[in-house]
Amino acid sequence: MMLQSTTAEIKPRSALRVNPAKTCQPIGALYAALGIHGCMPHSHGSQGCCAYHRSHLTRHYKEPVVATTSSFTEGASVFGGLANMTQALTNIFSIYNPDIVAVHTTCLSEVIGDDIPMMIKKSYDDGIIPSGKLVIHANTPSFVGSHMTGFSNMTKAMVTYLSDRNGSTKNQLNLIPGFIDPADMRELKRLAAMMNVNIVMFPDTSDVLDLPQTGIYKMYPKGGVSIPQLKSTGDSIATLALGHFASYAAATALNDKWEVTNAFLELPIGLGPTDRFINALRNYAGVDVPESIVQERGRLLDMISDMQQYFHGKRVAVAGDNDNVIALVQFLTELDMKPVYVITGSPGNHFETRVGEILKEQVPDAVIKQNTDLFALHQWMKNGPVDLIIGNTYCKYIARAENTPFVRFGFPILDRMTHRIFPTVGYMGAIRLMDKMFDAMMDHKDRECPEELFELVQ
Amino acid sequence: MSEQIKTEATSLPDPTQVREIMLEPYPAKTKRKRAKQVLVNDPETPPKIGANSRTVPGIITQRGCTYAGCRGVVMGPVYDLLQIVHGPVGCGFYAWLSRRNLARPDTGESNFLQYCMNTDMQEEQIVFGGEKKLKQAIQEAYDIFKPKAIAILSTCPVGLIGDDIHSVAREMKKKLGINIIGFSCEGYKGVSQSAGHHIANNEVFKHIIGQDDTTDTAKYTINILGEYNIGGDAWEIDALLKKCGIHVTATLSGDVNYGQLARCHTAMLNTVMCHRSINYIAEMMEKKFGIPWIKINFLGAESTAKSLRKIAQYFGDPELQTRVEEVIATEMTALQPVRDEVAAKHRGKKVALFVGGSRAHHYQDLFEDIGMKVVSAGYEFAHRDDYEGRHVLPTIKIDADSRNIEELHVEADPERYTPRISAERRTELVKEGLSFSEYEGMMAQMKKDTLVIDDISHYEIEKLIEIYKPDLVCSGIKDKFVIEKMGVPCKQLHSYDYGGPYASFSGAANFYREVDRMLSTKIWKFVVPPWEKEPQLEANFVHNVRIKDTKKETKKAA
Repeated sequence: MMLQSTTAEIKPRSALRVNPAKTCQPIGALYAALGIHGCMPHSHGSQGCCAYHRSHLTRHYKEPVVATTSSFTEGASVFGGLANMTQALTNIFSIYNPDIVAVHTTCLSEVIGDDIPMMIKKSYDDGIIPSGKLVIHANTPSFVGSHMTGFSNMTKAMVTYLSDRNGSTKNQLNLIPGFIDPADMRELKRLAAMMNVNIVMFPDTSDVLDLPQTGIYKMYPKGGVSIPQLKSTGDSIATLALGHFASYAAATALNDKWEVTNAFLELPIGLGPTDRFINALRNYAGVDVPESIVQERGRLLDMISDMQQYFHGKRVAVAGDNDNVIALVQFLTELDMKPVYVITGSPGNHFETRVGEILKEQVPDAVIKQNTDLFALHQWMKNGPVDLIIGNTYCKYIARAENTPFVRFGFPILDRMTHRIFPTVGYMGAIRLMDKMFDAMMDHKDRECPEELFELVQ
Repeated sequence: MSEQIKTEATSLPDPTQVREIMLEPYPAKTKRKRAKQVLVNDPETPPKIGANSRTVPGIITQRGCTYAGCRGVVMGPVYDLLQIVHGPVGCGFYAWLSRRNLARPDTGESNFLQYCMNTDMQEEQIVFGGEKKLKQAIQEAYDIFKPKAIAILSTCPVGLIGDDIHSVAREMKKKLGINIIGFSCEGYKGVSQSAGHHIANNEVFKHIIGQDDTTDTAKYTINILGEYNIGGDAWEIDALLKKCGIHVTATLSGDVNYGQLARCHTAMLNTVMCHRSINYIAEMMEKKFGIPWIKINFLGAESTAKSLRKIAQYFGDPELQTRVEEVIATEMTALQPVRDEVAAKHRGKKVALFVGGSRAHHYQDLFEDIGMKVVSAGYEFAHRDDYEGRHVLPTIKIDADSRNIEELHVEADPERYTPRISAERRTELVKEGLSFSEYEGMMAQMKKDTLVIDDISHYEIEKLIEIYKPDLVCSGIKDKFVIEKMGVPCKQLHSYDYGGPYASFSGAANFYREVDRMLSTKIWKFVVPPWEKEPQLEANFVHNVRIKDTKKETKKAA
């Protein structure tokens, strides 16, 4: 039996983490670094981390994910990783010739206290870094936060190292998209283009992790925010930062550095959050919302009214990354659903506060928890079943154990393919999410209902 | 036939030149190092390879770490041993269900494979130490899951901050009354997964094997060492051996339980699949308990037959030998049609294999079955003995990076040491051609002038594909899509691309079909769009002319 040792009886746990709903910082940083054009992500630690992070991102995207590592040995772990870093940079620039190397750290180099800025400076001074080439870094200790923190730290590093200002305000908005798939980033760019708004989005993994099959492999694909674009972010009108945990740090850094106005928004998943995103584009860029976007919104509303009877009052369990879940829960309430268990593995009180606010009236007794795991979620489900579970691939074991309809959402999705192509953000993304939820619930009903209640038409 | 092979061989690029091209962009220091790891093969006298040395920083290696070798490979598959990863969340998370070591425990047995348990170390533990949290985690795991035994697996920071997991293990063992074992498999130890295998072998040997002397009642009992039941391989092997009347006491460690490990020292023979990961235990079990070991390979029809015959020869019972021959004959007959069909379509096609520490060799037998040609192969983390054969063992120098991996000193068990066969019988068997404690390595099997590449880099893979244009590359998840973006199909030989099993005769049929599918799929023919193959029309009214032109163009191209 699936997950047979998970019982309804809940025993206290303060030290043992079981089936985490998060992973560690560097994978988020690696992902963010891939969103810079011509960038080689570099993991300063022992090579196992880098292998795991590349593998897991590849399993999620079914795309090449290239990164280098300092390949620490025991000696380096004791005496410091300077020689490894120097050798790595020498090799990286000679063999793979990136425009920029984005270094992140692991628990190993963090515990030994390697001073990365010193190493980078020394590498510039010693001519290890060829002229015109760049190296940036973010400290990403695995024992702090989660992969969301790592993403946030590397995105912030793009600002710290690269954001510049030449004084004349450019007719563009910065857009920090949060920890979302390339399809979502592409969708955000499409919406901005429809609105006639120039944006500089960073990081941007579209055209990096959703590549066409052409028979030609390119280590640095055409996608990614360019270095000149990143430099120009100090001259933008404003920064739209999507997602408290993934994007606010970079936006704040930009404001601190160049006083670029911030708009803090949630990820545009579902009706309300997308409305607010569109509205922010409209207000900050001083443009009108075009008819084509109004129509997309109308189609979403039409779908909601068509499907409403099937969603109304349904109990849902949601697990995933904090920003993404905050937005998704709003969408579920717009569908009259009842998210009864809402969890994230990542720490951060804002999650509980914000989800609590969203669910206060509709689901006052919802269990909302940050820094928890799928084992806990499963136990609650055993005590009070749900009609639908939404989360990453690891939730499929719970879905099978409890015979519960399941929708894959977030990171990582290791057992299905199209999430890198189809968005979940924007009005169209919302329609896709509804489609998946409806399919999951109806397939379940068609499989499980008594034969006499097997319906032709829904 | 030999003529044909010769012409095929000469149609390949000059390996010495390929080697030069591969090493060309490397800075001097890197070049010196890689030059020892990229070699042109000679099966008669395999050149000395610079294997099991530290990874060049920044080169883009396929390698993982010691933790992966210990927890992910050797210990991970033991389904009722509760395993707690001590460290920050990542290592536990990535090794959670990502290797396909399948298990089907009996009703009532525990199965922890679907669980990822760790101490989720935080900054506080880094600063003040994590032993307290680890103890608490063990207590909670015991209270909730009631396991037979618990393993603690260390990750990078544990060694650095000085947490003593072994004393925690001893203390909690005393408190809870179950076996608790610590594995100091910090990721920075050694130079690859390999050190993790060794560490896992040592601890399993010290703390699990020999804990229970219950013997199996079967007449012929063997262990399969270094078989992890990826995609169900071990089940195929088990079923095949059962047909022959041979009983498997324990498979280390695919679909195995703690109890089987505890009494696997009672078997009559150890057979070794993955030499790299388990040869330590094979050697130590022989010293302590008197169980000889032989190298076998259940991948490929011919090698499966050969392995069965070796086992039967060891037991020396004519009845068993007859049964084995019958089984081989039946299985071969069943397999032949698919083997012939696939061989007819794909004989002579080129393949390159870059996999872990054993499959890059084992799978050459499957390709040999269907007449495919290995142009290059290499391991991520194998040692010289896996490349050149165990006879080079005395000449291997342990370098500074691996010196701290413990070598156990093992002596014969005063009570339980029993040579499974007499010295005379052993000599007799050796005379008959059965070799004990021997592995000839990968290079002896590979053709002359093939390219052997240890710890291949991303750059070398790209060059290899450009130059050799192989029909198929076997590798892992990190390379798969790099290779396929170049228009070459890539078979994952770690995860089997979520297929398998490939072991035994039945598995071989699966594999031939899989190779056929990959080489016959239409997808690669669609890559160039039609408008890049046809001349552009100047105006659309010249309809008929266009069709004519296209035909001409196609002919020319052909």
